Amino acid sequence: MNVPTDLKYTESHEWIRRESDGTLAIGITDHAQAALGDLVFVELPAVGRKLAAGEACCVVESVKAASDVYAPVAGEVVAVNQPVADSPEKVNEDAYDAWFYRLAPAVAADLDKLLDAAGYQALIADE
Amino acid sequence: MPELKKTPLNEVHRASGAKMVDFGGWDMPVAYGSQIEEHHAVRRDAGMFDVSHMLPVDVRGAGVRDFLRFALANNVDRLKEPGKALYTCLLTERATVLDDLIVYFLAEDWFRIVVNAATAEKDVAWFEALRRARAPGLSIAPRRDLAMVAVQGPNARSRVWSVLPGSEARTAAMKPFFGVEHGAHFVARTGYTGEDGFEVMLPAGQAPEFWSRLAAAGVRACGLGARDTLRLEAGMNLYGQDMDESVTPLESGLAWTVDLASPRDFVGKAALAGQRPARNLAGLVLVDKGGVLRAHQTVHAAAGEGEITSGTFSPTLGVSIALARLPAAVQPGETVAVEIRDKRLAARVVKPPFVRYGKALV
Repeated sequence: MNVPTDLKYTESHEWIRRESDGTLAIGITDHAQAALGDLVFVELPAVGRKLAAGEACCVVESVKAASDVYAPVAGEVVAVNQPVADSPEKVNEDAYDAWFYRLAPAVAADLDKLLDAAGYQALIADE
Repeated sequence: MPELKKTPLNEVHRASGAKMVDFGGWDMPVAYGSQIEEHHAVRRDAGMFDVSHMLPVDVRGAGVRDFLRFALANNVDRLKEPGKALYTCLLTERATVLDDLIVYFLAEDWFRIVVNAATAEKDVAWFEALRRARAPGLSIAPRRDLAMVAVQGPNARSRVWSVLPGSEARTAAMKPFFGVEHGAHFVARTGYTGEDGFEVMLPAGQAPEFWSRLAAAGVRACGLGARDTLRLEAGMNLYGQDMDESVTPLESGLAWTVDLASPRDFVGKAALAGQRPARNLAGLVLVDKGGVLRAHQTVHAAAGEGEITSGTFSPTLGVSIALARLPAAVQPGETVAVEIRDKRLAARVVKPPFVRYGKALV
């Protein structure tokens, strides 16, 4: 399973990439999309919404099931990736290109608390 | 938890990397790759399903037709030509649904029934009890020695002919909903997808080779996930989800399968007499964006509330569709509201099927 080393991860299968402007791009991992199967619906949060760490903020639905996507750290939604909502299969095609939303973190250092690639690899190896 | 049961094709599925699930106590493939691609393969070309978890049961002996005329809600007197098949429910005395099945008329002393996997043991025990009470001379033989492969799609029959010598001559003129013996194989022009095709029963030991020959002929392996989206598009009920022992066939869109016109008696008939069901199954097509229709979502109609029994995303139509048990007064063309998470989304009521022979009907 593809787990890029330059990203951070959560135990609930989100990936996080720090952008050059300090915001965080967030999506779901390759492992998550494979487990869900063909995605047919993605609901994104409203821009401007303030999220607590661990708050459910997106919904993904595959042919078989619905699942929540959680905020990895506290912050404010500053952008959403509308093409992913319009074409959810983009997540199956390349999970790390198909970011869902960008978050301005309340505390930049919170990112350090998340899993690194090795930690996430170990997590999914246990499943 | 007891160990999951395995079909004769289990190792083939695992070797091909299928994602496996517990389906009614059986270790079955849900998908080999993309479920949607598997779905499209059946609508556009040919796909195959391992349905060996379903159970063929042979009922043999003098008087088998009389026995089944009483046992089944549909009337086996509709089966006049050998090989002809009939879809029917098996009912309780209260006229609720024990199972749905297909019965083939093979000879006056031999009918073959194919029942669902999760209900197979219950059904065989039920038939046995009825046999002891009414027709002790008959024999009822479950056929776990047979595997079953459904090959479905516009090109399914020609692919079967290409791998099963002599089968074309034997089945080319065979009409839909007939089956015929061909050597050790039983080939039936039936299915659960809304497409043409065959369901082939064969000795369990021959199943892996048959499967790999079909694969080599270009038939795509399809899992239970695609089977579910295909049958739902075809407007076909799934036992345990769209109907069970809590509802009658008249509440399940299956009035057409119950013969109440003839004078014959059958199990459940008395309870159905004069029944005007307050609810029935209808089709829904989601109009608003905002999610996917799923089982157990609440439906609000002008005539009252109902509930979705099966819902999914339809790969052929590109929208979400469902079967829902709604007040009987609800008519096709009406708009209803479905509760999905914190929203109420508009859906249109339609008469299933949604798709047949590759064509959208709604």
